[in-house]
This record gives sequence, C-alpha cells and structure tokens, in this order.
Amino acid sequence: MSDTVIQEGRLDRRDVSWFVDKTVQVLMFVGGISAVIFIVGIFVFVGKEGFSFLFEGFSFTEFFGSINWRPTSENNQTFGALALIVGTASVTGMAMLVAIPFSLGAAIYIGEFATGKTRESLKILVELLAAIPSVVWGFIGLTIMNGIIIDLFDIPIGLNVLNAGIILGLMAAPIMTTIAEDALKAVPDKYREAAEAMGATKWQMIRQVVLPAAKNGLVSAVLLGIGRGFGETMAVLMASGHSINIPGSPFDSVRALTATIAAELGETAVGSDHYGALFTLGIFLFIITFLINLTADLVVKGIRKK
Amino acid sequence: MIDTSQNIPVLNIRDLNISYGSNTILRDVTLNVRPNEIFGIIGPANSGKTSFLKAINRMDEFTDGMRTEGLIEFYGYDTSKWRNLYSLRKQMGVVFPLPVGLPLSVYENVAFAPRISGVRNKSELDDIVENCLTRAALWDEVKDRLNSLGSLLSGGQQQRLTIARALSQKPKLLMLDEFSIAVDPVTTMRIEDVLRDLKKELSIILVTNLVQQAERLADRTALFLNGELVEIGQTNELFDGRTKDQRTTDYLEGRFG
Amino acid sequence: MFLATELNLQNYKVQGRWRLLFLVMTVLLILPVLVILTLLVVRGGGAISWEFLSEFPRNGMTEGGIFPAFLGTIFLVSLALVFSVPLGIAAAIYLSEYAADNWLTRAINLAIINLAGVPSIVHALFGVGAFVLFFKFGTSILAASLTLAIMALPVVIVATRESLQSVPQAFREACWSLGATRWQTIRRIVLPNAISGILTGIILEVSRTAGETAPIMFTGAAFFLPFLPESVYDQTMALSLHLFVVSTQVPNVPENLPYGVALLLIGIVLTMNALSIGFRVYLRNKKKW
Repeated sequence: MSDTVIQEGRLDRRDVSWFVDKTVQVLMFVGGISAVIFIVGIFVFVGKEGFSFLFEGFSFTEFFGSINWRPTSENNQTFGALALIVGTASVTGMAMLVAIPFSLGAAIYIGEFATGKTRESLKILVELLAAIPSVVWGFIGLTIMNGIIIDLFDIPIGLNVLNAGIILGLMAAPIMTTIAEDALKAVPDKYREAAEAMGATKWQMIRQVVLPAAKNGLVSAVLLGIGRGFGETMAVLMASGHSINIPGSPFDSVRALTATIAAELGETAVGSDHYGALFTLGIFLFIITFLINLTADLVVKGIRKK
Repeated sequence: MIDTSQNIPVLNIRDLNISYGSNTILRDVTLNVRPNEIFGIIGPANSGKTSFLKAINRMDEFTDGMRTEGLIEFYGYDTSKWRNLYSLRKQMGVVFPLPVGLPLSVYENVAFAPRISGVRNKSELDDIVENCLTRAALWDEVKDRLNSLGSLLSGGQQQRLTIARALSQKPKLLMLDEFSIAVDPVTTMRIEDVLRDLKKELSIILVTNLVQQAERLADRTALFLNGELVEIGQTNELFDGRTKDQRTTDYLEGRFG
Repeated sequence: MFLATELNLQNYKVQGRWRLLFLVMTVLLILPVLVILTLLVVRGGGAISWEFLSEFPRNGMTEGGIFPAFLGTIFLVSLALVFSVPLGIAAAIYLSEYAADNWLTRAINLAIINLAGVPSIVHALFGVGAFVLFFKFGTSILAASLTLAIMALPVVIVATRESLQSVPQAFREACWSLGATRWQTIRRIVLPNAISGILTGIILEVSRTAGETAPIMFTGAAFFLPFLPESVYDQTMALSLHLFVVSTQVPNVPENLPYGVALLLIGIVLTMNALSIGFRVYLRNKKKW
C-alpha cells in the first residue's frame, strides 16, 4: 500500500532545492579546501623556483655556515646565509625583549585590572596599533627612531638592531597582547572565585592561579610573536641598516632574510642562481614560520584537552 | 499526498538502537504510533526520549556522532531508504522544549516552511498563517502585530508560535518535546486543549516529564528508562495500576526520576 | 588578628605596585601610536592638498602628487576583495555549517593559521612563481591582487566564521526540523543574521591589504609610471610602495613629501579600522538575542 505512495513519487522526490543544496555544499567545500590548496601551492611554487638552485648551486655547509652572501660577485659567487639568519634572529630577539614584557603586562592589565569603558578603549587602541602597515613602521624607523637613537647614544647612524628590534617589538606586541589576553580570559571564573574566597588579593590570584592556568596560551602568544618577527619584511628592511654583519652590539647594522629577498629579487634574472637562492631563502622562511605556527597551535590545543 | 485511509500505523518502529560513539543511549525499542492518537512518552531525564524524536525525523544527519540501527517506517515506508530527507521532515512537525522564535516576524515564522516549499502566492500564505495561528490558539493575540519580531513574544506565545509553525506544512505527525518546560500553567492548559483538537487531524507524540500531563492527554503511554522501553500501555490502565512492570508503577507513583 | 590585617595591607601594597607597573606598560605600548600619529600630522599635514591627491608625481617623484599611487591602491584592494571575499565566505560557511570534526577540517584550520602566518615576502615569492610566471599574468594588477587576496583570505574566513558561529544553533535546528535544507537555512536565517559581522571583517581586510607592500613589490606594483593602468594586465603604482620608494630610493625628496604619503596611508588604514571597530561595537549593542 505504501508502495503506491512511493511509486507516485510525490513524497520522496529529489526536488530542485535538494539539488541546489547538494551543489552549494560542493561549492562551499571547494572554498574550504582552497586554504589547503593555497598553502600547498605556496610550498610548491616557491619550491619550484628554488629547485634548480637547491640541487645545483646549493651547499648546505655554505648556506648555514658561511657569512658571505655574495650573490652578484663575478668570480667568487657565494651564498652564505648565516649572517642573514643571525641578523633575523638578533632583530627578532631584540623585538621579543621589548614585546614580551610589555605585551604580557598590557594583557594582564587589560584582562584582569581594567574594567568597563577603560578596558574597551585600551583594547581598541591596541587593535589600532596592530593596524599600522609595516611600510609605515619602516618609515618611522628610518626617520623618527633613527633620529632618536642618534641623539640618545651619540652614534653616526641609528639604523641597527636596536632600531629594527624596537619597531618590530611594537609591531608584534599588539597581536601578542590580544592572544595573551584571550588566554587569560579563557581561565574559568571559578578558579578566580575560589582564590578570592580564600582571601587572596587580586594580584596573588593572578600570579598563583590565573597565570599558571593560562601558561599555554601565553607561550603560544610569544611563539606567534616570534613568528611575526621572523617574517616581517618592510619594517626590517628599512630600519635595520641592511648591511651584512654578525652584530656585536645592538648598535650594529644587520640584514634580515626577508629584507634580502625584498631588496634583491627585483635585480635578479629569472632562473639564475641568485634568483634560485632567494627562493631558497623563501622556502627556509616558510618552513620556519610553519613550524612556529604549528607549535603555537599545538600548545594551545594542549590547554583545550585539559 | 499520503494515503491515510488505510489503517496502517503512522510510525512502525522495530528494534531501534541509538548510539553516540560507543555509548548506546536507546536499546531495542519496538512500538507503533497509530493515526489520530496522542502517544505519550514519559521517563526521567537522559532516558533517550529526545534522541528518539531525532531518530524519527532523521535529524541524526545533523548530529555529530549519532548512529541509529533498526527499522523506522513512516506510513509503511522505511525512512532509512528515504532519498530526500528534507521532504520527510516536512511531514513531521517538531516543537522543542524551549521555544525558538526564528529571528523573523510572527508572520514570516509561520510562512517560513511554506515559502521554502515554494508557496509564493500572498493570499495563500495569508490563509496558511491565519489558519495555523488560529489552530495554535494564538491568532487573536497576535493578529495586530504579525509584522513584529517573533522573538519578542512572551515565552508562552512563542511556544504556540512554534506549534503554528510546525503545523504550517500540514504534517501528519506532530512531535512535542517537553513543550511546557518554559511555559506558564495557564498557557500549558491552553496548549493541551489545542493538542486535543489537533488529534482529530493528525497523530501526536508527546514527550513529557510531567506524568500528569501524559495522564491528561495521552491515549497510550510509554515509559523510557535508562535507554530502555519499559512498557507501553493504555494510559488509563497504566494509571489505574494495571502495569506489567513494577518499575512503571514506581515511576508513576513518583518513587524515582 | 592584628597580624593578619598587617599582612593583608602588605599584600595590597604589593598588588598596587604591580598594577601600576602593568598600567605603565600598557600606556607605553599604546603611547607610540599617539606620538607617531601626532608627528605624522605635524610633519606631513602640510603636504596634503588637493594637488597632492590629484596630480602625478613630477621631477623624479620629488614634486607633484600621488594620484596614480592612490588610485592604484584602490584598484589592487578592490580586485583583491573580488577574489577573496566570495572564497573566504564560502570557506567560512563550509567550516561553520558543514564541516564535521575530522582530520580534513583540522587540516583546513591549520592551513588557515599558516596562511596568516606565512611571511608576506614568501607570499610575494609565491605570487611571482605562480601568477607572474606560471600562469603568465606577468607583473600586473591581476597577479598582485591575487597575491594580496590569498594573503588576506584568513582575515575574511576568521571574521566570517566567527559571526556565523554567533548565530544560535537552535535557529538552525528549528529550520531543519521544518524541512529546510542546509542551504535554505544558511541563506534565509544564518547569513542575514551574520551579514554585519561579515562586513566588519571585510572592512578589516581592506585596511590590511591597503597597507601591504612586500606582496605587491614584484607582482604588479611599479616604482613609477607616467600613466594610469588600462587593464588588469598592466602594472600600477601603489601608495604603500610609493612610501617605500620616496623614503629610500629617491634622492633629494623634500622632507614633508614622504611624511605626507605616510600620513595619507595610515589615515586610510586607521579610518577603515576604526569603521570596522565602530561597526562591531554598534552591532554588539543591538544584538537581537
């Protein structure tokens, strides 16, 4: 009997909206998967251009062991990236010296002490700080910060590790503040209430309960800050002095990996060793930042499991 | 649409099991729901009542990890073989424990389902809206503010709005999941009257945590306990103490749950 | 009793000092923005005029205006939006409305995080390798916009996903139980209630892409062009690159010119950002549920 209903095909019929629904589902899936395609694409296309160099001109010991980056030398072309790696590391290190205490301090103040309108306004200001484009930061390093450093330390040029580090620190701090504050906010209120019920002051509660509980989130904030520092290009290019150097003090100029690519890519011939070497630097940067982001993500996931 | 002249059950359920991952929450349920009856389901929280309803209108499709085994026939047709589940759900109205007014006007809340089914004619929609709101005993209260937001109505009104919405596609089966949780006693009584009226045209599954509500409304009542169907019986017999299982008597007398 | 109070007092003093320290740190972090803005206005404000906005650069970019760079930035950002907004919204809808919790979803989320974390210069290399060379778009507005679009994709996805997820699940379940398909539910209930959050994300994306320099340097932006681009296969000037050029590559530039460019760029970026924030605050205050 029921079969007559089905045979008439009236009740269970794949209608237009069913087909539209399935089509849309496929389209949305394509959108979702595109992110994976792009990240693979970045690796493939950057790798592809660096490929010939990696297998012909590339020497592992020279790349990581030599400070001689002489891509355009006629008779002694060398691609030693050590100074560039150290340059990036020193600028990032200086940046973290600035950004870690300040961003964590700001996160604690905004997340735990500030209330209501003050808190909202501070958050908005931090967000605006994060919005300043990197080329503007570079310009500020080149002009304002340069002047300040020359005057303050009485040295001829103010474009150095200190300058780029401070600029980079200011750039990384807002993101770190936001993530760190999220981590603090994620600590359940019942922990706070328990500590307060025992008569702890707010600061004791923060130090003994909130900070340990938010540890993973804070570590991940720092990691993402480091990732940001590693990958920053224009600001470092403009503020670091851009000279190949193993720095002995914060007042020495250095050159960063990213800045080298930005400065030299325009002058190289497609397919040359120099060109391939720059893409190899790109692969190196991609892998490093990928690992940093992956670690930060895993660290955060660690909290959620608990 | 559906041939209801034959005396086949609205729902014929055999050996239904529902599980989430390795956690089985409903075991070996066998029952049927007849035309024009109110079928009460009682039982303490977490007895699998809500999942039972979800299995019937195949919401397992939208529920992560939910798995069903066994046979569910709707008017004799195996729902697991249904190709267009959306059309299946259109045959069954559902009312949730907490009223969910869609963020649309009162009018559009009721017209939502007919619209997505392709009804465009304004006067036809007007008729459906008035008819459903009237049957849900809400028309008189909202007829002057059909264009105001559905979620601005009071809780009791919103629950009647969801009933009107559930009726908008002329379902053959109406499933109510503890509808009176967020509704005041007066509105509860009004809705119960509505259900008694609706019984003339469709079948109703009434999941309730109020034993007395089942006693007042249901023709037959089933007790679910810890994922098990303990007993089905004529409501008046169960409440007269003619139970087959001691646990039913205990539950009806309020000894647990 | 007396001792306890003494100890308490001591604790509060300690707390007060830490609190002050954190406040000072917060202020020191935020102060630079205000100082920078002030300095840019003071030193660059004089450069901004109608001629500055409407004329081509002259005399080796040491005089004249920035019109082609300004227009170029608008072209690049608009085209980047055309690519990234539909794709980003689709990705967000997939993640919020369709994706089950499985390895593929985790892979997509990881890809989004990394897309946001990859250095901008690596995006530039990708743009050169993929769009300029492989797809043979050449150094062009098209290649630069595509590069920018991929870079900005995470911004759109994250903002859209957040606003989709803020629509209560109960609405979806109510729709499904009425026989609405997933897509009908999304189109009629979820999207209309998330659209303003999505717009906020798009404005934020405009602000981000307008300031980007490295990704467009080798893919489509030129140091100087004496004419406007005629198609998406032409190169263009851009405001961000122009700032880099006039502040590092061109000798004898009058001081207020780069400051003016910086002021204009930061003005655009911060205005868009403030709009986005204002919009968000406004929305939060008028939430319907």
